[in-house]
Amino acid sequence: MPRRNDIKSILIIGSGPIVIGQACEFDYSGVQACKALKADGYKIILINSNPATIMTDPELADRTYIEPIDPDFIEKVIEKEKPDAVLPTLGGQTALNCAVSLWERGVFQKHKVKMIGANAEVIKKAENRKLFKEAMKKVGLDLPKSGEAHNYKEALAVVERIGFPIIIRPGFTLGGSGGGVAYNLDEFKKIANHGLEVSPISEILIEESVIGWKEYEMEVMRDLNDNVVIICSIENFDPMGVHTGDSITVAPAQTLTDKEYQRMRDASIAVIREIGVETGGSNIQFAINPEDGRMVVIEMNPRVSRSSALASKATGFPIAKMAAKLAVGYTLDEIPNDITKKTPACFEPTIDYCVVKIPRFTFEKFAGADTQLTTCMKSVGEAMSIGRTFKEALQKGLRSLEIKLFGFEGPKIDPTAHEIEQKLRYPGADRVLYIKAALQKELSIDQIFDLTKIDRWFLDNMKEIVEFEGKLKSLRGKKVSTQVLHAAKIMGFSDRQLAGFWQMSEEEIYKLRKEKNIMPHFKQVDTCAAEFEAYTPYYYSTYS
Amino acid sequence: MESKAVLALEDGTIFNGTSFGVSGEQTGEVVFNTSMTGYQEILTDPSYKGQIVAMTYPLIGNYGINLEDFESQEPHLSGFIVREASRIFSSWRANMSLDDFLKKHKIMGIEGIDTRALTLHIRSVGAMKGIISTEDLDPKSLVKKAKASLGLVGIDLVKEVTCKKIYEWNKQGKHRVVVLDCGAKHNIMRELAARDCHVIVVPASTSFKKILSLKPDGVMLSNGPGDPAAVVYVIETVKGLLGKVAIFGICLGHQMLGLALGGKSFKLKFGHRGANQPVMDLRTRKVEITSQNHGFCVDLETLNDKKVKLTHLNLNDQTLEGIRHLEFPAFSVQYHPEASAGPHDSKYLFDEFMELIKYATT
Repeated sequence: MPRRNDIKSILIIGSGPIVIGQACEFDYSGVQACKALKADGYKIILINSNPATIMTDPELADRTYIEPIDPDFIEKVIEKEKPDAVLPTLGGQTALNCAVSLWERGVFQKHKVKMIGANAEVIKKAENRKLFKEAMKKVGLDLPKSGEAHNYKEALAVVERIGFPIIIRPGFTLGGSGGGVAYNLDEFKKIANHGLEVSPISEILIEESVIGWKEYEMEVMRDLNDNVVIICSIENFDPMGVHTGDSITVAPAQTLTDKEYQRMRDASIAVIREIGVETGGSNIQFAINPEDGRMVVIEMNPRVSRSSALASKATGFPIAKMAAKLAVGYTLDEIPNDITKKTPACFEPTIDYCVVKIPRFTFEKFAGADTQLTTCMKSVGEAMSIGRTFKEALQKGLRSLEIKLFGFEGPKIDPTAHEIEQKLRYPGADRVLYIKAALQKELSIDQIFDLTKIDRWFLDNMKEIVEFEGKLKSLRGKKVSTQVLHAAKIMGFSDRQLAGFWQMSEEEIYKLRKEKNIMPHFKQVDTCAAEFEAYTPYYYSTYS
Repeated sequence: MESKAVLALEDGTIFNGTSFGVSGEQTGEVVFNTSMTGYQEILTDPSYKGQIVAMTYPLIGNYGINLEDFESQEPHLSGFIVREASRIFSSWRANMSLDDFLKKHKIMGIEGIDTRALTLHIRSVGAMKGIISTEDLDPKSLVKKAKASLGLVGIDLVKEVTCKKIYEWNKQGKHRVVVLDCGAKHNIMRELAARDCHVIVVPASTSFKKILSLKPDGVMLSNGPGDPAAVVYVIETVKGLLGKVAIFGICLGHQMLGLALGGKSFKLKFGHRGANQPVMDLRTRKVEITSQNHGFCVDLETLNDKKVKLTHLNLNDQTLEGIRHLEFPAFSVQYHPEASAGPHDSKYLFDEFMELIKYATT
């Protein structure tokens, strides 16, 4: 299918100020879209209130409005610029919400502006819990038991039916803000009332707790010819109950058999088709009961999301750029793969490394904030790392957070058994440090699993790091073999960590490595696990 | 104590690693598979007979081995190469670790080698003969042995993996389908049974007369290992069946049909092995993401018969992926609609087979 020629100018809605849950990833997606569509000859009109973004640089769009992103201002821009189409799926939840209210006011209809990427019906179907639930039932997919409420009395009735613990989510808010988990009536009252207050439509969803279940995300793309591909699967290290934005996440999924992965793939395709996202990317979240494999759909974002940015970097497949091209009528088989050039973008990236994303918190800047991690996002940034193993990527990621960690380290002070148990049971920013402490105090994998519900595969990988650290420490003052030093680097230990183990300086470790010729290799991110030649790959360092 | 293992390629390239599974010495054609999931299905796929398979995804064994996801009774490959074999497994369905499974079936594994470097090498030079050993660690001696090994070209590997005698997969069904077993993956039979077929599996050497005497409504030409040109007797069988019964060929079965129709096969440089290969159905222009495992391919240019229509094309390298005969009820695809491992996009082909059976039997 060729590009649409009935459209000449496109309005792109940005995501505005940087807030928790909506940060520079939407600038990244907006820039990709502006570049792709402008290169294709479309006139780009951009509205974004945040001048500290790259997308508002003068050369990126034809017309840039640095104005508040609200329906009134967007309407004025539409009156002045008369765009043929609006692309609302690249500016996060803010852009999507604005587009829905403009459509409801009849502004797009009045000025004959076509919604591309996702139309208002689709957005409502994906975001309205009731419509979404109906749609999922229609395609035979399982969901957690739930009910919605518009006041506290209705909320109580729902909770009586489902029982504790339950999850409360306010409708139409950013990053799930205003939501939470309630284990008793007191907590419920507090969270439910707050949720009703912050939801712009005074609506909360009350849901069966799937806390502790395995959590997954699928990044899906669809084109006008109904080709659907999965770009990336992501497995959350932190199970359900911790917001994805606050979870350590890993790509690709690590602990699903092909049968289970394909079941999730089939479900993702069914969801994007039933919700009706005609073109572009969507993010679909699933939970799986670790005891019996029951799979439920959690939610769908009919737009480029925070995870799309991660998935793009993790695979080398530029989701936002492709979403923009699909929105103007191209099909996936017509677009070449950016990296391999000779093969088409209509395929599913396969990767030959492990990607770990670790959230960065700054609770010290939010005095009085509750530091426990819940379904409401609290992190302000993240580090992404690539390694050949989970162990290597985890250690690289942790030291990239710039919180004075040099790998998988424990807390600075020696915690008591009680402190460890509390820190594992109630997740906070430093839970990963206490997993280390727990492993060092020789808590079993099963004990740690019972407290955290973090999959045993992840925990055992961390145990391997701890065990190897023990071995390394025992070599203090002795001659270290090339094989052991290399193995330490392969497992992601930094020179700084090794220096600490052996009471040497970082420089001495570096020299030792140089003597033994243990230097990092740079391997490619090429979308295809080396099957085809890469023309514009990027690289990550690894010792294996 | 970890024991050393060496992988040597016939061109002299050496990779040092660590042994898992059993120790010993094995030769085979070294190939790579880019699937990120599905090692259990890959291990038990008879099409890997004679090959040493390297997984490009570095972390293998994470979810162990379970009782359900087998594609045949036992693994058939000569060796298994991974970057890191997980020391534990985590899955509610698993009952055994990858290491224990390989030990049980006496398969050699080698881990700790740079699988990306190996893949890059095979991609640029081509699939080649190789050897894994824990007994002989001398590179020169190993390369010599790799060179001297038989390889795949011109060798009939089908006879090694086909069933010994005729058996019924299930007891009844609306359509009677004979599966000509060249090393059939179990999911082919499962898909047929799920479509109300009475599935009868016959050895690859079964004559067309014997097959027709079973009065089938349709014949499935299964997948299988090795060089299609070496399996002359199956090609002859297919020639005998053409026009007399509805035929659906998968992978090697597709090559058998292609050769029976006068085509020629050639060896791909490094093959297609993975779960992300885009194939276009030329009838609808829609793209399906397919599971593939083949080192040989029917040459598009050699299919001169005007009655043979090209239906499917690989979008990565424009090679032939599917054909349909315009007169006889017969069609085939080079890829795996039964998936396992891989996406389910192409299952509609089994429905088309059912349609073809209905058309051919009325």
